[in-house]
Amino acid sequence: MKNLGLLIVVLVGAVLIYATTDFPPFGDPESPASLHVSPRYLENSLEETAVPNVVTSVLVDYRGLDTMFETTVVFAAGVACFLLLRVPRRRTPAPRQYRHRLTGLTFRIKDGGEISLPLQEFEPMESIWTPHDFIIEKVCCYLIPFIQLFGLFVIAHGHHSPGGGFQGGVILGASIILLSLSHDLRTALKRMGEKTSALFSTFGVLIYAGTGALCLLLGYNFLDYQALDPLLPGGPVMARYHGILLVEVGVGMAVMGTMIWIFRNLASRGRHEEGL
Amino acid sequence: MIWQLDLLILILVVLCGIGAIMIRDLLGTAILFGAYSFMMCLLWAIMGAVDVAFTEASVGAGVSTVFFVATVYHTTRRTKD
Amino acid sequence: MEEVLRLVVERYNYWIYITLMMIGLYALIAKNNLVKKIVGMNIFQTAVILFYVSIGVKKGATIPIIEHNYDMAHQAIRAADYVNPLPHVLMLTAIVVSVATLGVALAITIMVYHRYLTLEEDEILKQIRES
Repeated sequence: MKNLGLLIVVLVGAVLIYATTDFPPFGDPESPASLHVSPRYLENSLEETAVPNVVTSVLVDYRGLDTMFETTVVFAAGVACFLLLRVPRRRTPAPRQYRHRLTGLTFRIKDGGEISLPLQEFEPMESIWTPHDFIIEKVCCYLIPFIQLFGLFVIAHGHHSPGGGFQGGVILGASIILLSLSHDLRTALKRMGEKTSALFSTFGVLIYAGTGALCLLLGYNFLDYQALDPLLPGGPVMARYHGILLVEVGVGMAVMGTMIWIFRNLASRGRHEEGL
Repeated sequence: MIWQLDLLILILVVLCGIGAIMIRDLLGTAILFGAYSFMMCLLWAIMGAVDVAFTEASVGAGVSTVFFVATVYHTTRRTKD
Repeated sequence: MEEVLRLVVERYNYWIYITLMMIGLYALIAKNNLVKKIVGMNIFQTAVILFYVSIGVKKGATIPIIEHNYDMAHQAIRAADYVNPLPHVLMLTAIVVSVATLGVALAITIMVYHRYLTLEEDEILKQIRES
């Protein structure tokens, strides 16, 4: 199998390398890919949409339908992970174990029992408990708000600098993932529940499709943001600018929710109790 | 585009890729794949594709490595090849 | 001789991308471990994305963000001054979709491991044949 695989790989590679002799040279400005539609995007983007970052304007405006279905694919992947891994919550709570922070004693609490002492002195212990590092915990606590602020900046400033809904959404999702890595999964679930992340990813896709449908209702084509002119200040060009921003927010929400959702199902094998 | 830097990073990318599929430890594979993704991100930044580089830095080097580590954590580190 | 040298200098980037793609293909064919196969699939994917982005490169061009003043005034735009943005757009979404599909693939891997208690392909096939 190994030798056969090597043979196939070498043959395919040789054919592909032979094919490169017909390619235009690397970095050729006159290559066919750069001659047809992309000069039009580059030359007209600033007048038509007032967005200097051409990647953002092409992504959300000129090729908005494409991006809408990519967002839907991301959402569908989140749902697929959920359906594959999630197990139903148990009716009766399983026996839990708590550790007293000061003395290090471990308590086992049977179904439905409660601790009468103040809860701050205890921490939940899982079957795969590892001691948490104080420094990592505190540093991540102070770092996470700044990461989230940066994520919001990336979404909002995607018109003028590299960035946009996809990147900002992933950064926002990564901040919540960092919280569950540095503390534990339960702390992160308390801050942002499973329902919240699922709703975020659903509403993100809904905002995107809803913006398109709103344009349709106002008498224009699907995702033709010029239609938003009566609702937003600044004329038809600025309407496209604001429409792009609206859609970017939707994409950011969808990507953020899906990343957190997939991570939780993977990290806890669908039980959402203990895990990485 | 500086071609020396470009060639150096291309060689590093190939080495990381070979290492990621050769090493006999799945956690090592995950980490080397993260390094591979980050080298890829540098390559795109050199080519002027800043948006793609940004996406790869946050997605490939960040989130997908975490996904791999989560999987290895729930399965096993051992591998035969 | 000079002809060959020119060919190498102009196209060595493409050859290295093909090498990367073949590393991914080899992992997909010959590796036995499921996680290794997924890593190979991702290497293949990034190699294809790398090739797409390299199509848009223009010598002496800058990043595709149009230079402008605060009131959106600008000089006449020459398309040759900016890198082709179209491959970037297509590949940006491909990267995000690739991480989502990676999540699904890893979820299936976890399910397979808990059914057969192994990640090696031949052992899984043996267990299926025996049952």
